[in-house]
Amino acid sequence: MNGAGKILTDSGVITWRNVMNVRRNPEWLLGATLFPIMFVLMFAYVFGGAIGGPGGDSGQYREFLIAGIFAQTVAFNSSYTVIGFANDLQKGIIDRFRSLPMSRLAVILGRTTADQVLSLVVLFVMSICGLLIGWRIRGSVLDAILGYLMILLFAFALSWVGAYIGLVSRSVEVANSAGLIWMFPLTFISSAFVPQESLPGVLGTIADWNPFTAAVNATRDLFGNASPAGWAAPSGWPADNAALYAVLSSVAIIAIFAPLATARYRKVASR
Amino acid sequence: MSESDRGMGGQSGVAVRARGLVKSYGSTRALDGVDLEIPTGQVLGLLGPNGAGKTTTVRILTTLLRPDEGEAEVAGHDVLADPDGVRRSIGLSGQYAAVDENLTGFENLYLVGRLYGKRKAEARERARELLRRFQLDEAGDRPAKGYSGGMRRRLDLAGALVAEPSVVVLDEPTTGLDPRGRIDMWEVIEQLVATGATVLLTTQYLEEADRLADSIVVIDKGKVIARGTADELKAQIGGERLNLVVAEQEQIPAAVRVLESVGTSEATVDEHSRRVEVLVDTGPKALVEALRLLDAERVTVQDVGLHRPTLDDVFLALTGHGAEEEVPAS
Repeated sequence: MNGAGKILTDSGVITWRNVMNVRRNPEWLLGATLFPIMFVLMFAYVFGGAIGGPGGDSGQYREFLIAGIFAQTVAFNSSYTVIGFANDLQKGIIDRFRSLPMSRLAVILGRTTADQVLSLVVLFVMSICGLLIGWRIRGSVLDAILGYLMILLFAFALSWVGAYIGLVSRSVEVANSAGLIWMFPLTFISSAFVPQESLPGVLGTIADWNPFTAAVNATRDLFGNASPAGWAAPSGWPADNAALYAVLSSVAIIAIFAPLATARYRKVASR
Repeated sequence: MSESDRGMGGQSGVAVRARGLVKSYGSTRALDGVDLEIPTGQVLGLLGPNGAGKTTTVRILTTLLRPDEGEAEVAGHDVLADPDGVRRSIGLSGQYAAVDENLTGFENLYLVGRLYGKRKAEARERARELLRRFQLDEAGDRPAKGYSGGMRRRLDLAGALVAEPSVVVLDEPTTGLDPRGRIDMWEVIEQLVATGATVLLTTQYLEEADRLADSIVVIDKGKVIARGTADELKAQIGGERLNLVVAEQEQIPAAVRVLESVGTSEATVDEHSRRVEVLVDTGPKALVEALRLLDAERVTVQDVGLHRPTLDDVFLALTGHGAEEEVPAS
């Protein structure tokens, strides 16, 4: 079997293994979906009135919110990659894989792929939740599919960051917090929940250039979801080229973290 | 790899050869020039206390770790130049059973088979075969999280054998098992040896090396301190041990005097159990003489025995500390 074929077969086998792990632990899926549903309800009904603006239409805000919540949810799923690797390391499973004549890249690719399968399931549940609170897809079906693919691609990129964090973490406990902590600034200093233009000074600049903002804006656009009336439209290159910027940054993140994670995997020792 | 490939590990009939392995972590030398050689089809017991460098040696030989210095060849493949060649020829069963708890026993073995490059049907067939061989066929379709410690170890070992490797590396296969599990595991390893595989076995249990290994390498603090068969090592410290238990604490000094007069070493005393022990080189003669002298001194003997030295004694003699006690980090 040639090199690329072996990588794909091995990745497929590892993906199967990781998906089986989730199937045997349905409570993981429960956690992965209940948490974002809570987020939807909190933002839609607790903050919604305030953020929607004076006399704001909270129905419009809920529609605005959904793309942000979707993107945040799948981004947070990269913490499963982190914990998965930390666990495999601790249990010696990585040692077993490393002693096999298999592709090194496949162990990571199989994990990041499996986590997108998890994300797909979660997105399905979230979409139903969105529909229940009044969110609608207003563009074409094709655009909607592209919208889902956009956030999945971005989540896939973040999974490679997660793989690296998981492989450098000293314990599962460390991995637990290390995998989550950076998610908060990444997803909140963005256009996911608030008007992008409302963020002050440096935060505004960070939000403008945050690839997460671009992924959210592009998805929102593909879903045909508008910002609530009266919100200032974001401007600048990343805002004008949200889809392009989101795809480019996803590819860049993978290009940086795939070799980092693979190099780390080669050397990593069990504890 | 098939059964017929066994015995092909190197022209000289040496399956594993390591020379001058050195590995440091910071200022600690985990390995300080370890040499070892395993003739094809033999079992080498790598023996030493915790932290002696056993696992580091195993990790180098299984390509998980690169040595700072030295070279090693496994089944004819250089660990540095051809790590994939080594990986295709070995099976590793580690001291933590590397079992995916959420998969069934069958799925665990199927996974490993697929990663060795077996086709689906072939991987399935091999998994069933190994489950039968390791008496896991009944539990084979249950998730491994419900398995006992012994079952997990057997599953892990089965995983190491999926590709019928010519060299099998067992890193402390029985550490943490209860006595029943340990004996089961020994039987499984003996069956494996009977099929002609070359085995590197690390252990901190002397009894285990004594039972399973053709030859033994003793390491301590990263260095080889002795090598040979179990009998050769025992012969190194010579003689037999004469020990006895006296009835009263007050009789211990008299017993010590008598034993030292018939023995060749200083007597060791365990006050609590009133046990006194000495090395002798005249065997039963020394025993008879000791009992006669003790009787003359009116010392009441409750228990008496004459034993060939165990590997524990060898270890104590070689290192100044027992094999299973913790060695403080130097």
